[in-house]
Amino acid sequence: MVFFKVLRASVQTGLRFQGTSARAATSTLKTAQGGFRFELTDQQKEFQEVARKFAREEIIPAAPSYDKSGEYPVALIKRAWELGLINSHIPESCGGMGLGIFDACLITEELAYGCTGVQTAIEANSLGQMPVIIAGNDMQKKKYLGRMTEEPLMCAYCVTEPGAGSDVAGIKTRAEKKGDEYVVNGQKMWITNGGKANWYFLLARTDPDPKCPASKAFTGFIVDADTPGVQMGRKEMNMGQRCSDTRGITFEDVRIPKENVLIGEGAGFKIAMGAFDKTRPPVAAGATGLAQRALDEATKYSLERKTFGRLISDHQAVAFLLAEMAIKVELARLAYQRAAWEVDEGRRNTYYASIAKAFAGDIANQVASDAVQVFGGNGYNSEYPVEKLMRDAKIYQIYEGTAQIQRLIISREHLVKFKN
Amino acid sequence: MSARVLVGVKRVIDYAVKIRVKPDNTGVVTDGVKHSMNPFCEIAVEEAVKLKEKKLIKEVVAVSCGPQQAQETIRTALAMGADRGIHVEVSGKDYDNLGPLQVSKILAALAKKEETSLIILGKQAIDDDCNQTGQMTAALLDWPQGTFASEVVLEGDKVKVIREIDGGLETVRLKMPAVITADLRLNTPRYATLPNIMKAKKKKIDVVKPGELGVDLTSHLEVLRVDEPPQRQAGMKVETVEELISRLKEAGRM
Repeated sequence: MVFFKVLRASVQTGLRFQGTSARAATSTLKTAQGGFRFELTDQQKEFQEVARKFAREEIIPAAPSYDKSGEYPVALIKRAWELGLINSHIPESCGGMGLGIFDACLITEELAYGCTGVQTAIEANSLGQMPVIIAGNDMQKKKYLGRMTEEPLMCAYCVTEPGAGSDVAGIKTRAEKKGDEYVVNGQKMWITNGGKANWYFLLARTDPDPKCPASKAFTGFIVDADTPGVQMGRKEMNMGQRCSDTRGITFEDVRIPKENVLIGEGAGFKIAMGAFDKTRPPVAAGATGLAQRALDEATKYSLERKTFGRLISDHQAVAFLLAEMAIKVELARLAYQRAAWEVDEGRRNTYYASIAKAFAGDIANQVASDAVQVFGGNGYNSEYPVEKLMRDAKIYQIYEGTAQIQRLIISREHLVKFKN
Repeated sequence: MSARVLVGVKRVIDYAVKIRVKPDNTGVVTDGVKHSMNPFCEIAVEEAVKLKEKKLIKEVVAVSCGPQQAQETIRTALAMGADRGIHVEVSGKDYDNLGPLQVSKILAALAKKEETSLIILGKQAIDDDCNQTGQMTAALLDWPQGTFASEVVLEGDKVKVIREIDGGLETVRLKMPAVITADLRLNTPRYATLPNIMKAKKKKIDVVKPGELGVDLTSHLEVLRVDEPPQRQAGMKVETVEELISRLKEAGRM
């Protein structure tokens, strides 16, 4: 009875359970120097508001048809670009807004609430750009990041191969130095935005000696997508996030000028891995957005559907399911916020980023599956929104570092911390 | 073309929120409830910014009357493209009693102070649905008014306004300075883009007290009671048309 009153009150304060803005903070902040705070700045709230409005009014209505057709959401991406929701990490010197990872995460969560397929297409831009942002020289930044703010262009992060995903050091794409160029041969796979990118961040092996350590054997390149020899494969039909463009890419004698090497020969592995510390929190935020959507849809349904003479939300079995879903969503949010805040403060956040990504990916799958359960038979059907969420959620345990790789990283970081 | 446009923006409870009446029936619950810019005010801001983009007017000034939080609403207008803001500080009991008469006095005083050519307001606010401020402001200033505007065209020193009226559309031509109130179909308000939100932080908001404008805020209205609308009664099913008619007659509806 008390629970029902609380539930009713919180539904009435806003469409969403989100702790950050459903309770619009009209009270002034009691700011103390330092100490933990869970309050967003006014600017962050405004950014979140724009992203939320866009997601709710423009992404959500269009998402089901993009999911059915698998068509790339060009119109939505263009609109998001116009609103400044994409490319938030690009430094101001290149025409971007130079926002931190925390702000990017806020936006990402809102977009993912609308559709994670659309959000992944957008997020792949950040992943592709990150190596250039952290390791590019001024000329490279101006040339390749600058153009992203002048037109709605896409880019891609080209590392995974058919034979090597988690084992990045096992990639076989070779780059041989020939005069002032590098000639690249190899095969990449599962490249998000592969067919739509204007340029790629490419990781290739420059030292053929198998005994050469990973930290010296690989080089990061920026490759224009229209370079002769770059062949795009067909668009892959995946389980979920179907409007996102995923392809294999073949490099056949592709010539890259030496000006497009990031930092220098042999520096690639560290750059490729370094990008993840900044991109894993937004991926976790995306998974959280999906989970929040699943929770909201399930809650809404439970307040409409009746069985055994009562609303299903009145039945403890369902209410407890919703409670567990809520627990997971709130914790996932806190996890990515911590990871994002750490890196924005200038600290190495690998431990927190991995925790956030691992947890959010896992709970997104659990919460989406539970949402289908709450909907019952209807949930299994494509006329209702939750089956799509379940299909979309799976990839969060796979890309950007599998759930297993995350555990490897976390255990390693944890043991190192413990020993010191 | 030194035209300055004043746009009034009101902070109201967000349209999507379910309104609850306070237990003491003196008003509705506002604490902790999501607020945003009145949708008709958004349309007004959009129209003003469009005129500026067409280079027909020079400056858009957003005005809001209320407590500290009114500045959030002004910031939204700035993020949409207004040049600067004026926050008329009204709080406490004065704010509770702030109605169209008081606001129009304030707007009239500001219009004179700021050498305004055009005042654009929303046709009404979604909390009180008064639909009076535009009309009262025009009367106080003795300016022509074009209310329920669905189209606004500047023509030199005049402005043509197409108004939505019960019978259809009416076209009026007003000699500026004038007051226009925006109706739903005037335009579709733009989103504030992220870069514009950041730029808006650098735009100025002046804070002014009603006393400085020589405005008396006394209200001649007293709210006695606020109640929820009556609960919808259950209907009943009838078998035949004859039964329907007899039931309606019984209930005194025929």
